[in-house]
Amino acid sequence: MIELLDVIKELISVSGLSGYEKPIREIIQKTWEPLTDDLSLSKIGSLHGLKVGCGTEPRHRILISAHMDAIGMMVTDIQDGLMRVTEIGGIDSRILPGQPVIVHGREALPGVVIQPPAHLLPASASEGPVAMKYLLVDVGLHASEVAEKVRVGDTVSFAQEPLELTGEALSGHTLDNRVSVAATTMCLDLLQSRKHEWDVWAVTSAQEEETLGGAFTSPFDIRPDIAIVIDVCFAKGPGSSDWRSLPFGEGVGIGYGPNIHPMLYDAFEAKAKVLEIPYHRDLMPRMSGTDAMAVQIVAEGIPCVVLGIPLRYMHTPVETVSLKDIRRAGRLMAEYIADLTSETLDQIQWEE
Amino acid sequence: MTNNQDASTKRKPEIGPSQINLLEKLCNATAVSGDEYEVRKIILEEMKPIADEIKVDALGNILVTKFGGGEGRVRVMLAAHMDEIGFMVVKKHDDNLFEFARVGGIDERQLPGKAVLVGRDHLPGVIGAKPIHMTTAKDRKKKIDVSDMRIDMGPEIGDKVKTGDRATFATRFRVLGPSICAKALDDRLGVVTLMELLKYAPDNIDLLAAFTVQEEVGLRGARVAAYAFNPDMAIALDSTPAYDLPHWDEEDENVQYNTHLDAGPAIYVMDRATIADRRLVNWLRDTAEDLGIPYQFRQPGGGGTDAGVIHKTRSGIPSTSVSVPSRYLHTAAGIARLDDWVNTLSLLHAALCRVTPELLAGERRD
Repeated sequence: MIELLDVIKELISVSGLSGYEKPIREIIQKTWEPLTDDLSLSKIGSLHGLKVGCGTEPRHRILISAHMDAIGMMVTDIQDGLMRVTEIGGIDSRILPGQPVIVHGREALPGVVIQPPAHLLPASASEGPVAMKYLLVDVGLHASEVAEKVRVGDTVSFAQEPLELTGEALSGHTLDNRVSVAATTMCLDLLQSRKHEWDVWAVTSAQEEETLGGAFTSPFDIRPDIAIVIDVCFAKGPGSSDWRSLPFGEGVGIGYGPNIHPMLYDAFEAKAKVLEIPYHRDLMPRMSGTDAMAVQIVAEGIPCVVLGIPLRYMHTPVETVSLKDIRRAGRLMAEYIADLTSETLDQIQWEE
Repeated sequence: MTNNQDASTKRKPEIGPSQINLLEKLCNATAVSGDEYEVRKIILEEMKPIADEIKVDALGNILVTKFGGGEGRVRVMLAAHMDEIGFMVVKKHDDNLFEFARVGGIDERQLPGKAVLVGRDHLPGVIGAKPIHMTTAKDRKKKIDVSDMRIDMGPEIGDKVKTGDRATFATRFRVLGPSICAKALDDRLGVVTLMELLKYAPDNIDLLAAFTVQEEVGLRGARVAAYAFNPDMAIALDSTPAYDLPHWDEEDENVQYNTHLDAGPAIYVMDRATIADRRLVNWLRDTAEDLGIPYQFRQPGGGGTDAGVIHKTRSGIPSTSVSVPSRYLHTAAGIARLDDWVNTLSLLHAALCRVTPELLAGERRD
């Protein structure tokens, strides 16, 4: 059995911003090597892990899509040894001042995002939040050294060390969506001792935060019959209390809305009930904000279900999640997969 | 051989691995104004073996005396504050989240998305922020009010945290090339400098060292420390901002830099709280120039140090301040240069070795 906390800590120990996933992909490759029968790389940089089913050929295929890319920043300019940055993925610049980061120049340079004093900012920025374009990154080096080591276009990742809070809560950067990679790892681990008829294609997709590039392309290569998209969802917390947020640490979200095939929703809900895995219906009236937006419309279309791990403070370096919900998501996926039969697809039908 | 000559040939203090380790230990300790316990403990352990006299006063200041030898010794007070800016937990809400208040001058824009350590046990917590997905463009133009922020320590924090507990940023000390990056460089840099000066105190003076409390909330410790010591002169050792950053508009020059990194110790001529005694300013300047130690004058203007209360204690005490320049003080992570710290220690030690009663013999010069 894998040790979940260790797996997650390793998964957030490296960067892997959208379009620059290599460091995280290498860690997942190493972790999945003993858990899969084959590992391959897509043209856009997603990792495909195949765990072959025991059914007779041609076997059905189920896809698990968990994006592995992270939000972060990119250097746009260097002035007096200090860097200006733009965002990769959506970042509220109000969380940036004082934030520990790593600038990925010719070597990894630890540093901090800084908010210049009011007299060095335009009058409009002296009181309220300071726009990202006026913030700077300082790596503590002299300007000449920075000029040698950093270029415009280098990536900047968050560097907040993980914190173990009470009640099996974990806080850190990039838990969106490395916790889903961890849940998928757990699912693969559980399937080692379970028979499953279908082929399982576990994919850690690239570029979800910017282009959904991985989610558009991997299902095209794999052509699954069913897809599980697993991502984080909003947990209730300060500033986040309306219907869009689920209770923290009290169950996984099962997405409900147009990105999700209703029969798959029903199947997962039924499975969760049977297993007594706490869950919540995660309402997504227009779109899910996940890989499912792309996966659903690949080729002739693919039935999707969206699982969500409730997370507080999304897209900050102190994202907070409950290990309990990650375990629940991993187990729910494994149990669903183990019960797939050659007849399952007959149930994924419309009412008409 | 006179005592003065003896002092000048004595070994000089240095900044090496053990001083850097000491700074690390002190920066990582929590000592929010009014609860300086952790830093006081470290200083007492280190200073007890070398002090001639050492005591903790009614406010929690540590007062250390190192006597010189011979006649005509000047009583020189040096002050470095032990306290740092931080937070106090003020309310536990039903959802296991804690409301907090700031202690000392902290820009609330520095708080969202930060890790903190709470209480004597340094329990981890985070100050979160609403997911960007749930904000509007209009929301993002408003700063997040500190009363809307919470410290989250997980769902089973129970009674492990109580209102009144202090918290600090969770930043851990590290060396970045030529720099040090840490919380509370203001004023742990001054604290370690003063500890080193005590270890190498010259014989021509009585060194009266005050490790003060509550500087960040109103210079309270230094006032009573100066009264108790009744010194002939005083210097506050602190850390002052280096605003040596580019102006947002590249056409515009930054003329309010306060100090520059890499330019050596910052000597104070005037700040909001003190008009420095010019005899002391010139003595520091001449020492630096004679010995080729880099130095800079801090741009006169705002800010203040323990000297602000020391110089008005009893019937008046000639005072100034010397600071290690640091960027981003009063945020989660400051950055200072090791070389500036080394030069600050060198200048202060050399200047102390040159103190004679003549320094203060004349009238206060303007």
